[in-house]
Amino acid sequence: MNAPALPLAENDAGETIGVSTRFTVPGMKCAGCIGKIERELPKITGIEAARVNFSAKRVAIQHDPGLDEDDLSQALLSIGFEAQRVSDNPMGTENAERRKLVRALAVAGFGMMNIMLLSVSVWSGAEGATRELFHWLSALIAMPVIAYSGRPFFESAWMALKFRRTNMDVPISIGVILATALSLYETITGGAHAYFESAVMLLFFLLAGRALDAVMRDRTRDGIGALLGRMGKSASVIGPDGATRRVDADELEPGMLVLVAAGEAFAADGEIEDGASAIDNSMLTGESQPEAVKPRDTIHAGAINLTAPIRVRLTRTAQDTAIAEIARLMDEAGQSRSSYVRIADRASRAYAPAVHTLAALAFVGWMIAGAGVHQSLVIAIAVLIITCPCAMGLAVPTAQVVASGALLKRGLLVKDGSALERLAEVDVALFDKTGTLTIGEPRPVLGELDYEARSVALGLAQHSRHPLSQGLAAGLREAGVEPALVENVSEEAGRGVQGVWNGQPAALERPADGAAELATQLRIGTRAQTIAFTDQLRPDAAETLERLSGQGIASQILSGDREHAVQDLASQLGIRAQSEAKPAEKLETLEDFKTKGQRPLMIGDGLNDGPALAAAHASIAPGTASDASQQAADAVFIGRGLRPVALAVDVARQTMAVVRQNFAFAIGYNVLAVPLALFGYVTPLIAAIAMSLSSLIVVANSLRLAGAAGKETSA
Amino acid sequence: MTGLAFLIPIALGMGLLGLLAFFWSMKSGQYDDMEGSAHRILLDDEDEVEW
Repeated sequence: MNAPALPLAENDAGETIGVSTRFTVPGMKCAGCIGKIERELPKITGIEAARVNFSAKRVAIQHDPGLDEDDLSQALLSIGFEAQRVSDNPMGTENAERRKLVRALAVAGFGMMNIMLLSVSVWSGAEGATRELFHWLSALIAMPVIAYSGRPFFESAWMALKFRRTNMDVPISIGVILATALSLYETITGGAHAYFESAVMLLFFLLAGRALDAVMRDRTRDGIGALLGRMGKSASVIGPDGATRRVDADELEPGMLVLVAAGEAFAADGEIEDGASAIDNSMLTGESQPEAVKPRDTIHAGAINLTAPIRVRLTRTAQDTAIAEIARLMDEAGQSRSSYVRIADRASRAYAPAVHTLAALAFVGWMIAGAGVHQSLVIAIAVLIITCPCAMGLAVPTAQVVASGALLKRGLLVKDGSALERLAEVDVALFDKTGTLTIGEPRPVLGELDYEARSVALGLAQHSRHPLSQGLAAGLREAGVEPALVENVSEEAGRGVQGVWNGQPAALERPADGAAELATQLRIGTRAQTIAFTDQLRPDAAETLERLSGQGIASQILSGDREHAVQDLASQLGIRAQSEAKPAEKLETLEDFKTKGQRPLMIGDGLNDGPALAAAHASIAPGTASDASQQAADAVFIGRGLRPVALAVDVARQTMAVVRQNFAFAIGYNVLAVPLALFGYVTPLIAAIAMSLSSLIVVANSLRLAGAAGKETSA
Repeated sequence: MTGLAFLIPIALGMGLLGLLAFFWSMKSGQYDDMEGSAHRILLDDEDEVEW
C-alpha cells in the first residue's frame, strides 16, 4: 500500500493499486509551490503521491480509488491551491503527435550528419571502389532513416491524395521518394551522383518546421467540458411528502420542485415558486452585479444562489438547459473554423502543380532533344529535388514561433500558428463590455466625497471582505487617502460595516432606497451620502481602439449588458454598440459580418461570449475570463491594459509580411536554381548548398520578428 | 582503406549512441517540464530538518 513516492509516469496508472487523477492548478507560481504540493499532499490519507508539472501548471495525484474528485480538490484547497480536474484525453493525443515529430527529427538529424560525412568525402574526390562503398553505406543509412522520418509526410500526402486533394506534403513526398529511388539506382549501377544527403536533409529541415508548429499547438482547447463543469451537479428535490433527497443533475426532470440553498449552483433551468434571493448570473449574462429574484422569475443552470434559500420548479433539465445550449453552439461554431486553410497549404496548391509540370516538361524536352531515358529522368528528378519546398516548409513556422515568443513577453499568449494567420486578416473588432473593455471589478465614484468622508470610508472599508468594500478600499488607496482611525468596527453580513469615529457612529451600509445600481451608503453621525460604483474602463481602452482604427479596423461593442450602461460607454468611446445580446444573438451578429465578407475579431471574457469567441474569424480573451472562454479564444492577454489586443493584430500582420517575404525568397531561389537543374548542371553538392542556404536565409529573416513587439511600443 | 573499416563503424556507433540517449531522455520525461526543472533545483531535500 505504501508505495514509494516515485515520479508518476503519465500513462501507467494501471501498474499500481491507486488511480491517477490530474488537476490543473493555475495558482502555482514558484519553487515553493511545487515543494508544498508534492510534500503536503501525500500526508493526507489515501493520497500516495503527487507530481507537479510546472510548465503545464498541472498536478498528477496518485490516490486510493476511494477518494473522488471533490475530496482531492478539497485537499488541494486545504493547502492553499484552487484546482480543477482535467480530462485525460486531449492532452495525451497532442503530446503523442509532438513526440512522434521530435523522434523523427532526431533520426533525420542522425542520418543527415552521417550521410553528409560520407558525401563530403565523395565530393572531395573519392573515386572508384571508395566512392561505391560510401554510396552503399549512405544507402544503408538513408533507407531506414527516410522510411522512419518521412512517415509524417507520406501519411499526410497519402490522405490528401486519397481524397483527391493536394497539400504541401504531396510534392515533398514525391520529391523524396524519387530522389531516393534515383540514388539507389545510381548506387547499384555504380553511378557518380547519389542524392541521399539531399533527401535526408530535406526531411530534417521540414521536420524542424513541423516540430516548431506542434510545440506552438501544445495547449489544446477542451472548452466544452469546462463549461458544463460549472453547472450544479445535483439538486435537493422536494418530494410530495415534503422530504428532500439529492438527485443527480442528469436525472432531474421538468416539473420537479427543488430546494436551492444559499451558495449552491443551480443544476437546471426553472421558475422560482417560493422565496426571494439574489443570484450571480454572471456566467450567462457576463454581468458582474448580483441580480435580485422573486417568485415567478426564471433562473438558469449555472447561476449561483447568493443570499437566501429558494424553492424552484424545474422547467428545462440536462441537455435542454440554456448552458447546455451554449456548449452546443460553441461546439458547432468551432467546426466552421477548422475548415480554415493555412497559408502554407494555400501556397502549395499553386506550387505543387507548377513544379510537377516543370519536371514533366524537362523530361519530355530532353527526350525530344535526343538525350536518353536515363539522362532525361535524372534531370527531371534534379528539378524536383531542387524545387522541393524546403525553405517553404520553414517559411511559416519559423516566423510564427518567433512572433508568438515576442508576444508572450508582452503579455499575450497565442495558441497556434493558424491563430496568428487569422488575426492578421481581421477587419472589424467586436468587444464585450464587462470584464473586457472594463476591468470587471467595481470601483467607487469619489467625486462628491470630501477628504474626511473618504478617510472614514477607508477606515471602515478596510475591515471588510465584501467585494464592494474591497473595491472601495482599493479605489480610495489609489486616490492617496489615509484611513481614519475607526474604533469598535463590526461587520454584519447583509447589512454592512459599522464603527465609531471621533465619538460619532459611522457606517457603510446598504442604501435605503435599494436602487438597482451598485452603491453603498456612508453614514457619519446623522449625515448620509451614497457612494456609487462603476465598473472602470481599462486605462488604455480608448488608445487601443484608436490604434485599431489606425490599422483599418472598426470597433464595436457587443454586450449582453443593459442598454443604457452599454450606450454610455459607447458614446464615451465614440463607437457603435449592440446591447442585451444573448449568446445566440452574438453568434448571429458574427454570422452577419461573415456573410458580408468581413472578418470579425471577437474580444470577450464571459461564458456567454463562448460561442462568439469560437465562431469569430479570430478571438482574444483576457486572462480573467472563464476557463471555457480562454480555451475557445485564439489568444489570451494578461494585465489591466487592453493594449495587447492592438499589439496582437499589429504583430500578426508583421508576421504575415515576413512569411510573404520568406515565400518570395523561396520562389526567388527557385527562379535561380531551376534553370541550372533544367540544363543538367545540378550535382548533389549544388543541391545541398542551395538547400541549406535558402533555409538559413528564411530562418534569419524570421528572427527579425523577435523585436517586433518591443519596437512597436517605443514608436 | 583499413582505417575506414574501423573509423566508420565507430562514427556510426557513436552517432547511434547519441540518438538512443536522446530517445531515452525523451521517454523518461526530461523535456516534459522544463520550467519545473529550473525551479526544482531550488527545493531542499525532504530529509532535511523542517522548521
